[in-house]
Amino acid sequence: MKRNEYDVIIVGGGITGAGTARDCAMRGLRVLLIERHDIATGATGRNHGLLHSGARYAVTDQESASECIRENMILRRIASHCVDETDGFFITLPEDDLNYQAKFVESCLAAGINAEIVDPKEALRMEPSMNPDLIGAVKVPDGSVDPFRLCAANMLDAKLHGAQVLLYTEVTGFIKDGDRIQGIRTYNHQTHKSGEYYAPVTVNAAGIWGQHIAELAGVKIGMFPAKGALLIFAHRVNGIVINRCRKPANADILVPGDTVCVIGTTSTKIPFEECDNVQVTPDEVNLLIEEGAKLAPALASTRILRAYAGVRPLVSADNDPSGRNISRGIVCLDHETRDGLKGFVTITGGKLMTYRLMAEMATDLVCQKLAVDKACGTAETPLPGAGGKNFREVAEKIWENPTTVQKAAVGRLGMAAARMQSSDSLSQSLVCECEEVSVGEINSAIERLDVSGLTDLRRRTRVGMGTCQGELCGCRAAGLLAKAHGCADRAREDLKAFMTERWKGMYPIGWGDALREAEYTQWVYKHVLGV
Amino acid sequence: MKLQEYTASAHNFEECMKCTICTAYCPVVPVNPRYPGPKQAGPDGERLRLKDPYFFNQALKYCLNCKRCEVVCPSGVKVADIIQSARMRYDHTPPRLRDRLLANTDFMGSLARPFAPIVNGVTGLGITKTVLDVTMAIDRHRTFPKYSGRSFERWLKRRAKEQARFPKQVAYFHGCYANYNYPQLGKDFVKVMNALGIGVQLLEKEKCCGVALIANGMSQKAARNAGHNVQALQKAVDAGLTVLTTSSTCTMTLRDEYPELLKVDNASVRDSIILATRYIYQLIESGAAQLRFKENYRARIAYHTPCHLEKLGWGIFSYELLKMIPGVEFTLLDSNCCGISGTYGFKKENYEASQAIGKPLFDQIRSVNPDFVACDCETCKWQLEMSTGYTVKNPISILADALEN
Repeated sequence: MKRNEYDVIIVGGGITGAGTARDCAMRGLRVLLIERHDIATGATGRNHGLLHSGARYAVTDQESASECIRENMILRRIASHCVDETDGFFITLPEDDLNYQAKFVESCLAAGINAEIVDPKEALRMEPSMNPDLIGAVKVPDGSVDPFRLCAANMLDAKLHGAQVLLYTEVTGFIKDGDRIQGIRTYNHQTHKSGEYYAPVTVNAAGIWGQHIAELAGVKIGMFPAKGALLIFAHRVNGIVINRCRKPANADILVPGDTVCVIGTTSTKIPFEECDNVQVTPDEVNLLIEEGAKLAPALASTRILRAYAGVRPLVSADNDPSGRNISRGIVCLDHETRDGLKGFVTITGGKLMTYRLMAEMATDLVCQKLAVDKACGTAETPLPGAGGKNFREVAEKIWENPTTVQKAAVGRLGMAAARMQSSDSLSQSLVCECEEVSVGEINSAIERLDVSGLTDLRRRTRVGMGTCQGELCGCRAAGLLAKAHGCADRAREDLKAFMTERWKGMYPIGWGDALREAEYTQWVYKHVLGV
Repeated sequence: MKLQEYTASAHNFEECMKCTICTAYCPVVPVNPRYPGPKQAGPDGERLRLKDPYFFNQALKYCLNCKRCEVVCPSGVKVADIIQSARMRYDHTPPRLRDRLLANTDFMGSLARPFAPIVNGVTGLGITKTVLDVTMAIDRHRTFPKYSGRSFERWLKRRAKEQARFPKQVAYFHGCYANYNYPQLGKDFVKVMNALGIGVQLLEKEKCCGVALIANGMSQKAARNAGHNVQALQKAVDAGLTVLTTSSTCTMTLRDEYPELLKVDNASVRDSIILATRYIYQLIESGAAQLRFKENYRARIAYHTPCHLEKLGWGIFSYELLKMIPGVEFTLLDSNCCGISGTYGFKKENYEASQAIGKPLFDQIRSVNPDFVACDCETCKWQLEMSTGYTVKNPISILADALEN
C-alpha cells in the first residue's frame, strides 16, 4: 500500500467529519481526514452548545425530537466531560399561549422526552434568573455541551484508532476515473504544498461548504445557508437552560456553558458567497438583548463578551432544487444511486446533537460500499476523557487536593487532565487567568491536539475566551507556542491575528465594560508590550 | 436603536478590567504564596464559582479583609466584599471553638469583666499563652487585650443626667473595646465632646458591630447583631442625634459591611454614623466650635492610618486634628497594613504572615522614634505595641490629654 492510499477520505473537520472519522477508524478502516482550517471552525463551533433534549422540535418534528433525546442520553455516557447536565426549562410568559404547554408536554412524552410541568414559583426557586412574570414552566433534560471539546475528543479518538488528520489542508479537486471518485487533490495553506490522496470512498462532511465540495466532484447539492447570530455574556446568569414554550422563534434559548451563557439565535437567509465572512449586525444584537431579557431580565444589564454568527447547513430535501422543502433532519446522500457518481458520499443537514448518528449513517454507507461488515460501536465506547459521575469526582480521583487550576482543567479535559503536567509550580502557573488555564494544560494541548496557532489553542483550552478576551493570556500563550515551535516571528504574527480575531467579536457589542476592556487591552499591547 | 444603556449589573465583578492593581497592592500576596490574590479570589474566582460552587477555594480565608484592593481598584469593583461574600456563601465548615471565642468579643467581654484582674493575670502568664497556643492555635506571641473591671456603659449611665444638661447632644457607638477593655477611651471621648459643649448619650442597648463574627464565619449572628444595631441607631437618628464612633473598623462595618455583606439595610442611618475625629474636625473647621489646648503640650507623634479608615477615606480628619494641637511634632507614616486585621493575626497559622506584612511599618516607626504612635484602630494598636514596644493612642485620647484643664 502506498503512503497516500486510504480506505476512506473524509472532507471536513467539524463535528460530523470528526465523528465519521472516529466511527470509520473504530471499524478498522484506514482513514484520512482533511480540513481546510482548524477543527470546529464552521457551524460546529458557532452555535449555542445546547445539549438538546429534543423538546424544541417535539411539536413540529417528532423524528428530530426522538433522535435528539436518544443522542442526548448517549452523549451523557460517552462524552461526560463535554456535557453539563443542567436540565432545561420551557417557560410560558404572559404574552404566550398557555394552551401550547399541554400540546408541548404531550408531544415531548410521545417522543420519549421526560417533560414535567413545574409550578412557576418552584421553577423560579430552581432558576432565580428567569423572568418572574412567567405563568408556566416545563422541565426537560436539556443540558449544555462544549462543541470544541466534543470535536477534539472525536478527532483524538479517531487518531488513537489510526486515523490521519490533515488540518489547514484544502481540497482543490477530485481525482476521477470515469464515473468513480478515486481520490482528492489538496493544497496545504501552511506548507504551501499540493498533494494527492487516494481512497475508494470519499465522504463529504464539509457542512455548508459541502455544496462547493460537491461541485468539485461534479454533482449538485442545494444548500440554503441560514445565518444565526448569538451573544456571549460574561458569566453564568442561569444555571439551567431557559427556552420559550412556544413555536421556535428568534433568541429564545439561553444556555449556560462553562463560565458564560449564550443567547441565540436569529435566522437570516444569506447568499452562499457570504458563508466565509458572516457578520453580526446591530439589529441582530438589539433583537438578541431584547428577546433575551424576556427570558432572564438580568441580561439587559449584564456585560456581553462578544457576538458571533454561524451558518446552518440546511439542505433541500433530495431532488427538490426549488428549496421549498427544507429539512433540518439528517441528509445522507449516496451519489452513486443519486447521481451515478461512484465512491462519493455526502453527509449533511442534521445538528450538533445528532452528529454521532450522522456519522453512523455515513459510516454504514461507506462500509457497505467497501463490503466491510462491522457494527457501529460509537454509542457505547466512551470518548477519551469521559468517565466519572461529575468533574468533582474525577478531580478527586486524580489528585488528593485538587487546586483551582486542576479543577478547571478537569472541567475541560475530564479524565484526560491526568495526563497534563501539574506537579511543579511552573506547569501550575496560569496562562489564562479568567478561565484558569495553566502552562501544563497548554503544553499538553500543543502535544496532543494538533495546535498550530493561538486560535487553535483557544478552541482546545478556552485560552482567551474569558472576560479579558486575550488581554493577559494572549502574549503568554504566544510565548509557549514560540517555544514549542521554535519560532518567535511566527508567534508574533499569530498573536496579532489572534487579537484581531478577538476584537472582531467584540466590535458589534463595543460599549460599556467591554469597550473599556478593549481599550485597556490595546493600551497593554501597544504601550506596555510594544507589540 | 436602544442597546444596553449601561452594563452595571448586580454582578459588580464584571467591571473588573483585569489590570491586577489589586493584587499588586494586596498585603497578603507577597507573604503568603497560598493566597491566590484578590483578583483571582475575587472577580475571577466568582465566575468559576457561578459555574460550580466546587471552585470555592479554602485559601480565601487568608484574605485580611483590609479592603486595600477596593481602595486601589480603578473600576470600583468591591473585591474584598466579593471574597467575603463567597466565604459566607460557600464555606460551610463550622467555625472551630477558637474562632468562636475570638469572634464573640462582647460575650467574652461581659464574661471576663467581673473577674478582670484574674483574667488579665491569667492571660498574661507564659504558661497560659503556651496552653492556648498548643490547644487552640492562638499564637503564643500574642498579648491578649486586658479587660476592665467596670464597663464604660456603666460609667456613662451614672453620668447620664449630667450629660443631658448639655444643649447639644450626640449618641456614641463605643464598640466592645471601649466598653470592656479600655473604658478610658470612652471617657476621653466624653471629655472632648463636653469641651465642645456637647453631651454624650448611649444607644439603646448597643451590640457588637459584628466584624469579628463576619471574619470567623458567623455571618448569621453578625446579621442578627446588625439588625438589632440598625434599630438602635434608627432610634437615635429619629431623635435627631448624630452617632459618633472612635473605632475605625466598627465605623466601616456599621456603614459598609451591613448593606454590602450582611444585606442589612442601613440607608436611613448610614450617613449619620461618623467617626468622632471627622465630626470634630468639621465642627472646628466651620468655626462652630473650638478646642483650647495646653500651652506646654509637647509630643512627637507618628500617625498610622488603619486600612479600614483608608477605605472610608477619613484618615485625613484624624491627623489634621492632631496637627492642630500646638507643640505636636507630626509624622504621617506610610500607608501600610499592620498585619493583624482583628482576630486574623491571633491565629497561629497567620502569625508569620501577619508579622511579615507589618514589618515595613514596624521598621518605619522605629526609625521615626516618636514619643508614641497615634491610630484610630484598637487591633492595630495591639499589633504595633506588641511588635514595636511603642505606645499607641487613639487620636481622641491624645486630644483629651492635650486639652486645657
